[in-house]
Amino acid sequence: MMDLIKSKIRLMLSNGDLYLMMAPFLILFLMFTVIPVMSSVLLSFTDFNLLEWPSFVGWDNYVKLFLEDKIFTITVKNTLLFALLTGPLSYFLSLFVAWMVNDLSPKIRTLFTFMFYAPSISGTMYFIWSLIFSGDIYGWVNGFLINTGILNEPVAWLNDSRYSLSIIMLVQLWMSMGAGFLAFIAGLQSIDRTLYESGSIDGVRNRWQELIYITLPSMGPQLLFGAVMQISASFSAGRISIALAGNPSTDYAANTIITHVIDYATIRYEMGYASAIATVLFMLMLITNSFIRRVLRKYN
Amino acid sequence: MALNLKLLRHRSTNHTKKISRSGWGNLLVLVFLLLLAAFSILPFIFAILQSFKPLDEIFIFPPRFFVNRPSLENYYLLSQLTKNMWVPFSRYSFNSVFVSITATVLHVVFASMCAYPLAKFKIPGSKMIFNVIVLSLLFTGEVTAIPSFILMSRTGMINNYLALILPPVASSLGLFLMKQFIEQMPDSIIEAARVDGSGNFRTLFSVVMPSVRPAWLTLIIFSFQGVWNREGLEFIYNEELKMLPTVLRQITSSGIARSGAAAAAAVLLMIPPITIFILSQSNIIETMAHSGIKE
Repeated sequence: MMDLIKSKIRLMLSNGDLYLMMAPFLILFLMFTVIPVMSSVLLSFTDFNLLEWPSFVGWDNYVKLFLEDKIFTITVKNTLLFALLTGPLSYFLSLFVAWMVNDLSPKIRTLFTFMFYAPSISGTMYFIWSLIFSGDIYGWVNGFLINTGILNEPVAWLNDSRYSLSIIMLVQLWMSMGAGFLAFIAGLQSIDRTLYESGSIDGVRNRWQELIYITLPSMGPQLLFGAVMQISASFSAGRISIALAGNPSTDYAANTIITHVIDYATIRYEMGYASAIATVLFMLMLITNSFIRRVLRKYN
Repeated sequence: MALNLKLLRHRSTNHTKKISRSGWGNLLVLVFLLLLAAFSILPFIFAILQSFKPLDEIFIFPPRFFVNRPSLENYYLLSQLTKNMWVPFSRYSFNSVFVSITATVLHVVFASMCAYPLAKFKIPGSKMIFNVIVLSLLFTGEVTAIPSFILMSRTGMINNYLALILPPVASSLGLFLMKQFIEQMPDSIIEAARVDGSGNFRTLFSVVMPSVRPAWLTLIIFSFQGVWNREGLEFIYNEELKMLPTVLRQITSSGIARSGAAAAAAVLLMIPPITIFILSQSNIIETMAHSGIKE
């Protein structure tokens, strides 16, 4: 045992320059991510209103969350809808589009990539959808449907619990060709062309075989990156919901776990409880993450 | 490389046969791609057209996609609004450009410096460090805002450029991306550099970085765009240190009369990230063709 530790320490000392290289990033990461995240997990066991010093309450927040909070159940259901529908759909769409676009000539490829990435570029572009689905007659959808005689009076799309969630899922999908998509493009660009040549000698006959036998196995790291970004994005869906449907939305129809966190953290100032919700969300994402890593293992 | 062609090998008969592409399938895929592209870009174009609509045209029935009488009214109003500010507009622009460029450069350099040892050396702790960094991507920012604020105020970063620059420099996304790409590089190239007597720093910047060009060109897009759109309202009280998005939102957020100016501001604010995007994307070329062998 002692020998093992000694040899580890020797290995660390002999690689001092490598640790030095990592130091600047790791120090900042410790300050701005590790410490805040750990404090937040600790806060989830306290009652903290931002004014008084947090008081320790044990598992109270979690008990309240699981046993008493009716709205939390709704938000979990909605979040899972985002995670199970928009998440995978957007992942495969990103991969497919990146693969299609990759074959185009550089100028056209840049143009297409831009068209798909444009919604993500400003971070607040989704506000345009509140004009499109606006509840008055000046809204695009209402204007069109009334003008063509399908509707007689405007529908408050975003404030109607029958429609709000589906519309927000559509907008979430619209915004989701982001980090994962560009990483796929870059990954495809990094694949060695000679692999395709030797592939065609080895009998790869069509594009689908090319995709399955050459392209996908060569971009395992990017597939994993895209998956983690997608988990993170779809489980933390909520900002769009708040911007378009408000917080709370009508009948909580479009509320997600994140809108619940924001509600407690920035409106009710119950930081302890908000941290408990965030910690539960983190656990949900951890489970999904380890599942997806297992699925993608054969490519890594 | 996990290339498994054993299954196909014995089936192959014609070695010179080219990859076939069926005409109908191609057409179908193209139509699908175009429809998807339209869904993606039309709301974006709508937002841009909206900024050229005079106020009375924003509220007409039925609403129109195109502009009847395009005007620069909104942009003129915006320029009038920016003229009357206590701090000159150029100062805010400088803040935004300075902060975005500094943070992006530092982020790409530090993230690569950290990713290279994690990807290519089995040193004690590297696996644990990498896992912590990836998992941190799954924790939501909303609840860490308060602890970060306390930490920043204790270290004197409030009301300081550092509050805007430093947090995005250590963003986990960039490290994850760089590590994933560096990992793919064949060890033989790195080994060859070592044999030639190149130290770790030199190998990183003269051998590794050139061959993962698509990765850091992409990272530049994410990073610049992230910092550019960052508001940092809670960290900056000093008017002279505020960034453009914050200021433009402040001056255009006073009701319907200024909604046109707000649309114009939103369009103008997108120009720098779009420029970076186009520059970077059109430079992602097939790097492997130039940088030597790949296993």
